[in-house]
Amino acid sequence: MENWSLFSLCVLLGLTSRWAVSFHSYSGAGKPPMFGDYEAQRHWQEVTYNLPVHEWYFNTTNNDLNYWGLDYPPLTAYHSLVCAYVAKLLNPEWVELHASRGYESHSHKLFMRATVLFTDILIYIPAVLLYCFYFCDGSSKQKVATALCILLYPGLILIDYGHFQYNSVSLGLALWGILGLGLGWDLFGSLAFTLALNYKQMELYHSLPFFCYLLGKCIKQGLTRRGFFQLAKISLTVLVTFALCWMPFLSDPKQPLQVLHRLFPFGRGLFEDKVANTWCSLNVLIKIKTLLSRETQLFLSFALTLLFILPSSLKLLSKPNLWQFKLALVNSSLAFFLFSFQVHEKSILLAAFYCTHLGFCLFLRLMFFLFVFFHSMLPLLVKDGLLLPYVVTSLAFLFLSLYLLSALERSTEEELRLGLYRKLTQRWLPKLNLSRIIKWKFWFSLVAMAVLSFTSVWLEPPAKFPDLFPVLVSILSFLHFLGFIIYFNLVQLMEPQRKKSQKKTN
Amino acid sequence: TVMAAPVTNDQSWFFALALGVSFLKCLLINAYHSTDFEVHRNWLALTHSLPAAQWYYEATSEWTLDYPPLFAWFEYGLSHIARFFDKEMLVVQNLNYASPATILFQRLSVIVADVVFFYAVKECCKCLREDKGKDLLGKPSFILTVLLLWNFGLLIVDHIHFQYNGFLFGVLLLSIARHFQNRHFEGALLFSILLNLKHIYLYIAPAYGIYLLRCFCFTQSNADGSLQWRSFSVVRLVTLGTIVLSTFSVSFGPFIALGQLPQVLSRLFPFKRGLCHAYWAPNIWALYNIADKAFSILGVKFKLLDINKLPKASMTGGLVQEFQHSVLPSVSPLATLICTVLSILPALFRIWHRPNGARGFLRCLVICALGSFMFGWHVHEKAILMAILPLSLLAVESREDARIFLILSITGHYSLFPLLFTTQVAHQNISHVAIYNLHIGNVILHLFFRKGGALLNPLEATYLLGLIPLELICEFVYPLTVWQKTFPFLPLMLTSVYCALGVTYAFIRLYISLLTCSDSTKKIKTQ
Repeated sequence: MENWSLFSLCVLLGLTSRWAVSFHSYSGAGKPPMFGDYEAQRHWQEVTYNLPVHEWYFNTTNNDLNYWGLDYPPLTAYHSLVCAYVAKLLNPEWVELHASRGYESHSHKLFMRATVLFTDILIYIPAVLLYCFYFCDGSSKQKVATALCILLYPGLILIDYGHFQYNSVSLGLALWGILGLGLGWDLFGSLAFTLALNYKQMELYHSLPFFCYLLGKCIKQGLTRRGFFQLAKISLTVLVTFALCWMPFLSDPKQPLQVLHRLFPFGRGLFEDKVANTWCSLNVLIKIKTLLSRETQLFLSFALTLLFILPSSLKLLSKPNLWQFKLALVNSSLAFFLFSFQVHEKSILLAAFYCTHLGFCLFLRLMFFLFVFFHSMLPLLVKDGLLLPYVVTSLAFLFLSLYLLSALERSTEEELRLGLYRKLTQRWLPKLNLSRIIKWKFWFSLVAMAVLSFTSVWLEPPAKFPDLFPVLVSILSFLHFLGFIIYFNLVQLMEPQRKKSQKKTN
Repeated sequence: TVMAAPVTNDQSWFFALALGVSFLKCLLINAYHSTDFEVHRNWLALTHSLPAAQWYYEATSEWTLDYPPLFAWFEYGLSHIARFFDKEMLVVQNLNYASPATILFQRLSVIVADVVFFYAVKECCKCLREDKGKDLLGKPSFILTVLLLWNFGLLIVDHIHFQYNGFLFGVLLLSIARHFQNRHFEGALLFSILLNLKHIYLYIAPAYGIYLLRCFCFTQSNADGSLQWRSFSVVRLVTLGTIVLSTFSVSFGPFIALGQLPQVLSRLFPFKRGLCHAYWAPNIWALYNIADKAFSILGVKFKLLDINKLPKASMTGGLVQEFQHSVLPSVSPLATLICTVLSILPALFRIWHRPNGARGFLRCLVICALGSFMFGWHVHEKAILMAILPLSLLAVESREDARIFLILSITGHYSLFPLLFTTQVAHQNISHVAIYNLHIGNVILHLFFRKGGALLNPLEATYLLGLIPLELICEFVYPLTVWQKTFPFLPLMLTSVYCALGVTYAFIRLYISLLTCSDSTKKIKTQ
């Protein structure tokens, strides 16, 4: 009972912070003609409610795809449809075809926020609690502390309750997938992950680790006997789930192709705005976008992404345990973020999110990571008028993690770092005290970030370079991400099997 | 052992809690604020731009200065910092001025002033009988800190609605802590300062007066706890008197010298208001009003009363300030005063007779606060905080008090909801924030007393759970019904009547505990 009371306290705190952020502004508030993601979600409700299924993804007289056309997989569309039914019940004006464009009111905002909260409570929060309950090392108090940190993770709160999106659904479903895999319910896990994939195509970032983990496990059981059977069951589950999700679109071959075309808009170019990934940063030096043809860009990004994913995936394939799986998740999402085609700055959310779920043994690095992520989203949040919640929640999170988890760090730091760093340091720099360097580096980065945040919000950029600060921010973030992907890859590839993780997976 | 590090690290959890709640407060900076925001802005402006002689005469805004002089000086001090944020807010004529910088400054001033409250809570924690549990959740001081710092009412009233109660309660709690620590002079000084900051604390002054006279001016008691007349110390009485008088003379002296005392007092005590505040506070008069209404409806139904002779306001009442009773006799301010005095007299008599130390004083103080809340004239529902906050101190020390605290805090805080719900839809989220916060206190108190069975008996639990359907009906079902148009005030009335039952029950239980407690605590001591 005590445990659950503590968990309920965590949930209460999480909900408090969510609602406290939610009354702030959302993206594109009062900014016609295009508004922002909030309007996009509302528009999808309007479209899905008023138009027949086969028109959803097509440009028709009633469905102008240039105005926030539906570009998420079917599950999102169904979710919009359900929300639209509720909206219709509450106030038909909210989803009226054409007439409701750019509709904004206080009660509508409340309704939209409530839908986010509802899915959050339904999917994401239980997943987090169960995850912490089953997969966190240590005493019950440590589990609670980890749960609290995850629930108060500002990135998700700010994007979902500030900017406005439903990331908690796809992340929650993917988390259920991880839970399923971790508990040995492979079918349930693959079902949940397939649903996540059908909610948001960005979950593709994680599909390879899922695939490799399951395949590796089947191979381990012997592909000729039980393993094959298991593999067949899993594939069947995935296929059936996919089929069910895409059912309304399967009648006509043009339909699924159009949906796919909407989901992967290669026409949009290599990158948009200022994203802290390779292409955007490289663009400062070389104008790749104009220099290379689109096909070359596509090929280049594809090849590089693959190059950075493969090692970790192969390692996972050979050693399918939970620890490797988690690391592979991080590596794969980072690689996608850094190198893939058409990346949105919010997709780093995915990478950063799984980092919090690795457990906090990599404490300092993780903190670091989260902050870098956070920083790379600063321009977006400032644009949305979310500066205050940004500052407050990030400070709160920093403080909370430092306070709650500082004790955890001490015990596990050695355990983890020694494995990797001893090897490295002994080989090249025998006298270096790496852990001190990392600490210094952490504070240095923190200060640099704070300074840059400050300048980009309060200082006028020089007239010659109007984009100076956003570019600086994304380059700084990019460098950190690059460091991270190398670090995490090294950890995964060189890490000897941990005793604890062995115990867990067996 | 791993987790033990932050736990044994003495008081670090205190800072974590304080900082955590400060972050939450910061998130609420852009939340809706009530007219009190403009009230305080106006006071900033008038103290800044006018000489003190005109403070209590200035009437450009309808929100004239109606706090005692020390608070005006406090605003005066703040105004000097406010200059650096936005000078426009310091112009008296700029009515309803609320630029982003103004909002930021005012909100931050409340958040920063709460440091006094934090300090006071920390001092209060030192006064608790600490049983040395290893577990953080077994520490009374931790529980008390959560209950006080994360208090739902303060969050609403100060950081959403806008007032400086946190700061004021800080002074009050600090004064109480000083009495616990036997530093009575300091305690008395702090309380007299508090009275000069906000005169609503006059309600609990009787407890202070009797306690200081009985336990401090009389230096000794007989073996059975009764009064020893010969131990009276004139020196102590004179010193106390000097402290109190000098505080008052510093505060009111200049205005007396200017001959403005009647004007100041008329501002401080406006008796023109009605018996009940716009939304009925959950007290005896809410029950009295509803009884009156019930009688009048029944009377009309059974043809005992003539509907034309009834005062008109009584059928639409609740939202009008003047409430005319139709069957029961109308209540005058004097009557409420007599009732209040009568309600607290037994408690005062009790601590005179058997003081039972600082805890007895605290209990008496809570009863004074609650008594004045129950019977006072034009009581605002947020006055319940004056009883809830000090009661937290007792609640973490005994199960019986924890039980009273739960009932009182839930019903009392619940009755604050109308403050939030009547505002625009845009800010409904905020009310939910507050609700989550309310439950944090409940859960933590239950955790603390988790051993030894349920805190509440089934009837009390049912009563408290009844708040949920009540809330659902008032908020969601009732607006859809046809009565919404004809009786818009009914949900508010229901809420306050329902809560009034709980508050009355808590009041009675508290009285019982005061009248029986000294014996039980003695038993504990002798064991």
